[in-house]
Amino acid sequence: MKNISGIRADFPLLSRSVYGKPLVYLDNGATTQKPQCVIDAVDEVYKSYNANIHRGVHALSDKASEEYENAREKVRSFINAEKREEIVFTSGTTGSINAVAFSFGERFINKGDEVIVSHLEHHANIVPWQMMCERKNAKLRVIPINDIGEVLLDEYLKLLSSKTKLIAVTQVSNAIGTILPVQEIIDAAHSRDIPVLIDGAQGIQHGITDVRKMDCDFYVFSGHKIYGPAGIGILYGREKWLAELPPYQGGGDMVANVTFEKTTYNELPFRFEAGTMNFPGAIGLGTALDYVSTIGMEDIEIREQELLSYANDRLTGISGLRIFGNSVNKISIISFLVKDIHMYDTGMVLDKLGIAVRTGTHCAQPVMDRFGIPGTVRASFCFYNTKEEIDILGTGIEKVISMFA
Amino acid sequence: MTINQVQDMIIDEFLVFDDWMDKYNLLIDMGKDLPVVDPKFKTKDFLIEGCQSKVWLHPEFRGEKIFFLADSDAIITRGIVGLLIRVLSDRTPEEILAADLYFIDKIGLRQNLSPTRSNGLLSMVRQIKLYAMAYKSTSKSKPS
Repeated sequence: MKNISGIRADFPLLSRSVYGKPLVYLDNGATTQKPQCVIDAVDEVYKSYNANIHRGVHALSDKASEEYENAREKVRSFINAEKREEIVFTSGTTGSINAVAFSFGERFINKGDEVIVSHLEHHANIVPWQMMCERKNAKLRVIPINDIGEVLLDEYLKLLSSKTKLIAVTQVSNAIGTILPVQEIIDAAHSRDIPVLIDGAQGIQHGITDVRKMDCDFYVFSGHKIYGPAGIGILYGREKWLAELPPYQGGGDMVANVTFEKTTYNELPFRFEAGTMNFPGAIGLGTALDYVSTIGMEDIEIREQELLSYANDRLTGISGLRIFGNSVNKISIISFLVKDIHMYDTGMVLDKLGIAVRTGTHCAQPVMDRFGIPGTVRASFCFYNTKEEIDILGTGIEKVISMFA
Repeated sequence: MTINQVQDMIIDEFLVFDDWMDKYNLLIDMGKDLPVVDPKFKTKDFLIEGCQSKVWLHPEFRGEKIFFLADSDAIITRGIVGLLIRVLSDRTPEEILAADLYFIDKIGLRQNLSPTRSNGLLSMVRQIKLYAMAYKSTSKSKPS
């Protein structure tokens, strides 16, 4: 693995300062910064071959289409999907989940059926299912969690029944960092022929992803959380499922033949890509996946676990600091509150010290309700962060305590 | 004192400090000094809801003027609400509606005005002006 100063030099934004202080960016769970190669790749599209994809007969359109399809292949290879037909570009994780919720709901969900999610879900993996359940008169069931933020597998097994039509769970909790036992969840569901969707928004960037080994039916993630551009995401669906699902958006490019009487749809994956897609975003995402592959996903995981362990030691040393989410299976996220200081007060002061963290419910209100708190301060680290930055955070929190306590 | 005189005074108080921590310390002190609000006013009806911190704003119409009480569960926000009240409480609806709140920009709190900070100054100012507007129209419709 490249040394840390070399890695940081790849990300131009990391060297900036805020309020006259060096930036300490610890909000990677919300979005990650972009390496120069991704910025260049997107720039290059607009500078030298911008044209609409899959449509033109001219050279630029050919080049843009080719690069877009290359990006699809990069995604396929990165998550080890079997076929490129199984990779659908979307606007992001939210877009992907909404697509499945709509299409799967239309095709397979009937009155009285049930969909299971966990108590750790981001709102994006709750609300689309609620909307679908309301439309279909179906029911949403929830796997409960324990006091350290782990899902209760026994309770999950009890929820499985002949009414269960789909399981949709997150790979990793965005709010508190817990890594879910997705393998056990998938295996138990498959023993009953129930398909499983994995929300990989917080999982994909932290280690090796192999959808075939995991054996999930759908896997979704966002480009911007894995060092790619915003506004691009992936819906991986096993071909046997995608082939069964009706399209969720109609428009150009997703059709084979259109008359006013009847329209036939294009083949996979284009059937799910209506209208002009965010091709510069897709191309940027492909470059981002190349980049992290060069760094090495295994090395990224090791480095981030080191940072997590260092941060745990540093922050638990602060008297009055409570960490929410204490599973041993965790990604590099620390969600905390200090004494009775409001998360917003903590976040505001840290901000002025140059430290970017997230405050609030993290779009996971049920998790906060489970712990009986209004929200937390969340520091999320990734492989370009340093131990020095964690020390700055620690000192910052001590400063907060001295100001408010 | 006029609204602008109070604003100028606040600007002077903040101008002394270059460092953000000093400005926040001042806001924290102001938050602590804000009169305690009767819990009966800290209800949903008076809550300006947002995802960051809770703010309660209670108007009282007395004579020709509106008096505000406010509170927040976050101390810095309490300080910010306190500033707004210093400027806009004990004023006529006309004064409130005509007020140009330039002090916010001058003391460096403008980032709190962005519409995405849903519980920022913007929603507080909007709520105060809405109360002023409501009071203005009810007092006009009264027979004199």
